[in-house]
Amino acid sequence: MTRSITQIQQGLADGQFSSVEITQEYLTKIGSFNDTINCFITITDELALQQAQAADAIIAAGKARPLTGVPLAHKDIFCTDGVKTSCASKILDNFIAPYDATVIEKFNQAGAVMLGKTNMDEFAMGSSNENSYYGPVANPWDFERVPGGSSGGSAAAVAARLAPAATGTDTGGSIRQPAALCGISGIKPTYGRVSRYGMIAFASSLDQGGALAQSAQDCAILLQTMAGFDARDSTSIDTPVPDYSAHINQDIKGLKIGLPEEYFGEGLDADVARVIGTAIEAYRKLGAEIVDIKLPNLKLSIPVYYVVACAECSSNLSRFDGVRFGHRCADPIDLEDLYKRSRGEGFGDEVKRRIMIGTYALSAGYYDAYYLKAQQLRRLIKQDYEKAFAEVDVIACPVTPEVAFKHGDKSDDPVSMYLQDIYTIALNLAGLPGMSIPAGFSQGMPVGLQLIANYFEESRLLNFAHQYQQVTDWHLQVPELK
Amino acid sequence: MATWETVIGLEIHAQLATSSKIFSGASTAFGAQANTQACAVDLGLPGVLPVLNAEAVTMAVKFGVAINAEITRKSVFARKNYFYPDLPKGYQISQFELPIVGRGKLSISPEEGVSKTIGITRAHLEEDAGKSLHEEFPGKTGIDLNRAGTPLLEIVSEPDLRSAREAVTYARKIHSLVRFLDICDGNMQEGSFRCDANVSIRPLGQVELGTRTELKNINSFRFLERAINYEIERQIDLVEDGGQVTLETRLYDADKNETRSMRSKEEANDYRYFPDPDLLPVEITDDDIDRIRRSLPELPEQKRGRYIDSLGLSDYIAELLTGSREIAEYFEQALLQGPELAHHLANWIVGDLTGALNRSDLEIQDSPVTPGMLSGLLLRIADNTISGKIAKQVFEAMWRGEGSADEIIEARGLKQITDSGAIESLIDEVIAANPDQVGQFRAGKEKVLGFFVGQIMKQSKGKANPGQVNQRLRDKLKGAS
Amino acid sequence: MTLKIEDVRNIAQLARLQIDDADIEQYATDLSSILALAEQMNAVDTTNVTPMAHPLDATQRLRPDEVTETNQRDKFQAIAPDVKNGLYRVPRVIE
Repeated sequence: MTRSITQIQQGLADGQFSSVEITQEYLTKIGSFNDTINCFITITDELALQQAQAADAIIAAGKARPLTGVPLAHKDIFCTDGVKTSCASKILDNFIAPYDATVIEKFNQAGAVMLGKTNMDEFAMGSSNENSYYGPVANPWDFERVPGGSSGGSAAAVAARLAPAATGTDTGGSIRQPAALCGISGIKPTYGRVSRYGMIAFASSLDQGGALAQSAQDCAILLQTMAGFDARDSTSIDTPVPDYSAHINQDIKGLKIGLPEEYFGEGLDADVARVIGTAIEAYRKLGAEIVDIKLPNLKLSIPVYYVVACAECSSNLSRFDGVRFGHRCADPIDLEDLYKRSRGEGFGDEVKRRIMIGTYALSAGYYDAYYLKAQQLRRLIKQDYEKAFAEVDVIACPVTPEVAFKHGDKSDDPVSMYLQDIYTIALNLAGLPGMSIPAGFSQGMPVGLQLIANYFEESRLLNFAHQYQQVTDWHLQVPELK
Repeated sequence: MATWETVIGLEIHAQLATSSKIFSGASTAFGAQANTQACAVDLGLPGVLPVLNAEAVTMAVKFGVAINAEITRKSVFARKNYFYPDLPKGYQISQFELPIVGRGKLSISPEEGVSKTIGITRAHLEEDAGKSLHEEFPGKTGIDLNRAGTPLLEIVSEPDLRSAREAVTYARKIHSLVRFLDICDGNMQEGSFRCDANVSIRPLGQVELGTRTELKNINSFRFLERAINYEIERQIDLVEDGGQVTLETRLYDADKNETRSMRSKEEANDYRYFPDPDLLPVEITDDDIDRIRRSLPELPEQKRGRYIDSLGLSDYIAELLTGSREIAEYFEQALLQGPELAHHLANWIVGDLTGALNRSDLEIQDSPVTPGMLSGLLLRIADNTISGKIAKQVFEAMWRGEGSADEIIEARGLKQITDSGAIESLIDEVIAANPDQVGQFRAGKEKVLGFFVGQIMKQSKGKANPGQVNQRLRDKLKGAS
Repeated sequence: MTLKIEDVRNIAQLARLQIDDADIEQYATDLSSILALAEQMNAVDTTNVTPMAHPLDATQRLRPDEVTETNQRDKFQAIAPDVKNGLYRVPRVIE
């Protein structure tokens, strides 16, 4: 039950098991553990078995594609035709999506099987999966701790091996941070690499779909299917998708890894720093050259992010108004009442906070001071990375300042929650690709190492990650589910 | 009592005649059943994204080139945020700081002999909203989103207009221009050409603008003129009574011919404009502009200039002839048969033909008298076959479908009498039959000449060539031969 | 930037969000601290820096003017709260 995607592909091809058999295995395990871990909002068992059956027929006919028959879980932010798509929000509790997201279409065409839709922070706003209408998600390594967010459900599902891999989205770290806290691998590609069509928008200029899996090798397989130009997304970039799996075995000797000093200062837990240090040593042994670099505008990334993301989401979420779909309040007395109560009842507190911050930042008189200023600083942050990549091939750093905290620890103060994102956010602002891979443990909880590459260099990222996973076995650790 | 100056600016929304919507591939065809042309993108479903229609961009640039405007090389779409049920996303995708078309100008001739340049501040692309239907259900409003996403070109004039007359002339000119360019069908009844007027007054001589009101719900040029005139009077009365004009939107009621306050513009909305992150800046190159410029038909401005310079027509007549593509085409078609007929054709088209079209409620392209038929008629006047007066009869007969000018002249025997012998006989006959009047004329009563002309025309059933009659009559009356 | 209760009410109105009186103060506190975070941006001078609209400074791709969508009204309206005669319905709006 801890088979990787690669092993499942092999097993299906060899006839060791059928898609129906392994799909059923996963569904059974989900049935046993989902009440505790709460990583699935919707379990699409009937649909999964139908898809598995169809897949088995295709395999038997010798027409299998790379993901034919492979079960996957999808973050409940991707629209799935005929299947509930909630974004973990009450306002979409009754929303059955009438179309498939491009990413879902691609997985369908690739023959994959959908186990269900995973839990998340409501509308992708959060770093702990405590902001879900459907309740919090438990970290499989310690049920009293958070799995991270917003793709907490996907990360927990993969960590607990309730799904071999899952999709996620990353706006400020929402793939990388939960991957790190749950001890699995996650990749957020370059902005524009994966289509956003059908991926319910939080912050349009930052959102990007990606993968969470047991290894870089598995991430490469998923990304291969997800990536590609989509004419329905104006921000999608038309550039060829390389064969990600082909490049992961390249030697990294002589390549340069940059360590940004701003990431290793105050605020980083000492034991986490130790784990990261050990990981860097492993890279040194693999022949990479370690170089000190600076990313001077890093600390600005949090205020910049929250202004930009909140401004964009305040507008993106206006469509949730109780008129054409989603939650509508009972007996609205007039239009104003319809809007205010439907939205007031439908959105959770964090979502309302961010909508209001965004509304304020864009309102008359404040646009220059907030949104415009943030977009200017964004260019400076991007320039920092450009300078760095002139000197190094990859940047390495921690993903989070500390390991997974306990549920409720940061609920009282939104800002302390926001500061969890300090190491992940800058990347989204610049639109660069990044990964998180398991690098060890601290206090019994997983620690992730973050790798950042230049635009459209996902192959390089996967290569670096894979080389590390050839000489370490952190990524093979699986929690004992109690 | 102060003398007031009226200041008017027009905001015109022209629906661009694309086949599909500005940001989606749904159809823009008019008249479909409710919500059958509203796709996922138009409905603002979660997760959908906009993609820009190339033709909408081309049409906007065509307009910009036609008004000699700056074309913005990198224009940006912005979100205009507000809540209304016919606005599915809760924001309208429009353009704010960087519209595709910048400053331009248009000259108008509101009356004979007057020419004025009206500034156009900008023209930008945006999506139309859906329709709210308030009369369908008791206590509820029905929303039809077929129209949501239709491309609009919003054309904003400078506040350079000084009267309702000027405003209507300007609006008509824009209307004819967008139809000339084939970018909008200009159908005001169907809502594809909408005019909103910003009206304010100020004491004559004052530089500062007065508070304006925005007039909406005007769907014809006639109503535009009336609405503006009503509003001007209302504002003058209000201010002279000691009141103040409020910044507000007012709806025009055509039945009662009055404007009514709709909502206060101040309290209305903070639109929180920001660049739409789902769309990227629209790049227009010099090559794009050249290509589009070369593809344009001859524009009304150019035609007007040509009519004045080459054909010698007046400003005013030229303006009327270039008022619509159809009128200009009719004129030019007719001109092919008789280039020397320019003046006469022009006069007949703006006069008799327009009169007949209006009475029959027809558009010029449906005229029973074709360009060829009209020039055929005027050639017969020019070559003296018939007189101008008879020509009017022939015209009416052509209108009724009796045939060409030649056929009618032949059938009714309307040829002018030009034979000098026949003319002499006619005059002699009439003189012989009216000795008293002859005596009056010889006694000095000049006016009685008209009587004789009338009698000669009657006798000849209007066919005697008036010029020749006039030439011989006086002498004959005096007694000379 | 400290927000007053009145400010929060105005913002909630603009965003069409019903906020209970019991919660308004907490929102004012939370929003104020988030805005204080945003103020940190003022530490850096950004005169003459071009705002970043897209990470790759790409420009908009244009779509040919073709009708590609078919009528899916029934499917889309199956998930609507109140539909009649093909129209979406809301409480009567007075203009």
